[in-house]
Amino acid sequence: MALIEVENLHKTFRVARHHRGALGAIRSLVDRQYFDVHAVDGISFSIERGEMLGCLGPNGAGKSTTIKMLTGILVPSSGRIEVLGFEPYRRRKDVVRHIGVVFGQRTQLWWDLPLIESLDLLRYVYRVPAGRYEENLHAFRRLLDLDPFLNSPVRQLSLGQRMRGDLAAALLHDPSVLYLDEPTIGLDVVAKHRMRDFLRTLNRERGVTVLLTTHDMADVEQLCARLLIIDHGKLIYDGSLEAIRDRFGTERTLVVDLDEQNGAVNGPLDVPHAREIRADGPRRWLSFNRADTTAAELIAHVAARYRLRDLTIEEPEIEAIIRRIYEDSSGISSQTL
Amino acid sequence: MDRTALRLYFELAKRQFQRQLAFRTANLAGLVTNAFFGYIRATVFIVAFRSQGTIAGYSAADAVTYAWVTQALIMVVHLWGWYEVERTIRTGDVVSDLSKPFSYLGFWLAKDAGRAAYFVLFRGLPVLALGQVMFGLRWPSSPLVWVAFAASLTLAVVVSFAWRFLLNLTAFWTTDARGINQLAAAVVLFLSGFVMPIRLFPDWLRGAVLALPFAGMTQIPCDVFLERLDGADLAGALGLQAFWAVAFLLAAQVVVVLATRRVVTQGG
Repeated sequence: MALIEVENLHKTFRVARHHRGALGAIRSLVDRQYFDVHAVDGISFSIERGEMLGCLGPNGAGKSTTIKMLTGILVPSSGRIEVLGFEPYRRRKDVVRHIGVVFGQRTQLWWDLPLIESLDLLRYVYRVPAGRYEENLHAFRRLLDLDPFLNSPVRQLSLGQRMRGDLAAALLHDPSVLYLDEPTIGLDVVAKHRMRDFLRTLNRERGVTVLLTTHDMADVEQLCARLLIIDHGKLIYDGSLEAIRDRFGTERTLVVDLDEQNGAVNGPLDVPHAREIRADGPRRWLSFNRADTTAAELIAHVAARYRLRDLTIEEPEIEAIIRRIYEDSSGISSQTL
Repeated sequence: MDRTALRLYFELAKRQFQRQLAFRTANLAGLVTNAFFGYIRATVFIVAFRSQGTIAGYSAADAVTYAWVTQALIMVVHLWGWYEVERTIRTGDVVSDLSKPFSYLGFWLAKDAGRAAYFVLFRGLPVLALGQVMFGLRWPSSPLVWVAFAASLTLAVVVSFAWRFLLNLTAFWTTDARGINQLAAAVVLFLSGFVMPIRLFPDWLRGAVLALPFAGMTQIPCDVFLERLDGADLAGALGLQAFWAVAFLLAAQVVVVLATRRVVTQGG
């Protein structure tokens, strides 16, 4: 059985519709109308033990809402969730014992106390045996380099240090699953890199299943073999990053530098299955679809007609692909891609 | 509740106690303020009692002590201005507390116990000491009275906590519970006997107010301190406090269950 199973999950919030203006505000007090927001609208997926998944989606897509239902702090409107065989919202305490959560924009650490006090407390919260706790603390002090600020009040830590503290706090009780809600938000390049290194180690050496939400494509590219894309409360993609390139990133670009010693080429290049999308002197950008032609064929065509000095092939940036998927889905939100 | 659970709540209380230690200057400023108003209130009582020897059974010395004890209890019982839970709900930090394998009510009760313990030592006792230096207070005459006072004060903190906690929980529905908290503070200030002893209230009002939970937050511990209650009266007063403590905690637990069924965390 999968570690996490989600089937046709829905979460609908009832939101009051406010009338406009000052008079409207008064009117809203007596004449309140509601409309439903479908934050999560029929999502299904399952996660196996040891997987590392990235969950992408624009702001307000329903990612955080889904994570909150997985941890049991939010009750689904309908659908089924099982985490380690439990329904999280019915067995909140049983489930949260086996999961760790880090919400990137929040902290569970005690603001006014030295970091070590927050970590020590978790030993009692999760009833971690003393020996195991010491082992874990020792391991995370090394992996996350906590020692320089272990005895500093959390309020004095930099965001990167605080995030490391929060990560340790989420992991001291050996959770099977770690949920990370935007773990790299606001971190500098070095801190992001360290965070990713740490997550990889955690997944590989401790077998922790990791589900992270992010807006940073690099998080997904570097960490996650599998990608979920959620938009408008629906799961619009579930698969690997390579597959998404194959499926949505079919437009590639051939960049050629023409040899113009014997006179410049006037007008756009004329080759089958490609169109020139940009020109800058001798440098031309030819867009082609991998469904119509291969790069090798195209290069052969171009070389047969024009003298070339150099050429490169540009893969579509994953960020551009994802943007296109979001844009497409906002037009056809009711339809699953 | 088993031993490991007790240990957790002890550790929570301890940390909240430690946390308060970080605010030394704020505490000193609060201490000066409490003592200043203690001085004013005691002086007003002395003037008021000049023409009459006793009012509702309180002598002038009793009234001065009442003023100073209530000042000493302000931060211990924390009758007003407590928004800690409300803040976590408003900011969304509540999700961390809810994703832990402990009782949400127990978590906050333990923290409040640690907070109250801190204020007994670093606010209540210094305020009483200052009152003693400036006016001379009427102290309990036997260790047994101290024991009864400690019991009554503990119950007062629990009743007050459950009341504040309930008010803070409204933030789950209203997203900003500060308005209702301020309104409640005004009511409690009066009905707890903080502004003046409930025994000085008019006859038609007194009985009812004494039976309300608010009397257990200030009036009853003060009366125990002043040895106004003994025997059956004392047992009845402590019983009333215990009744309200249990009733409020049960209500709080019910509201927690309802609230967590509809957590709408701010900011997604």
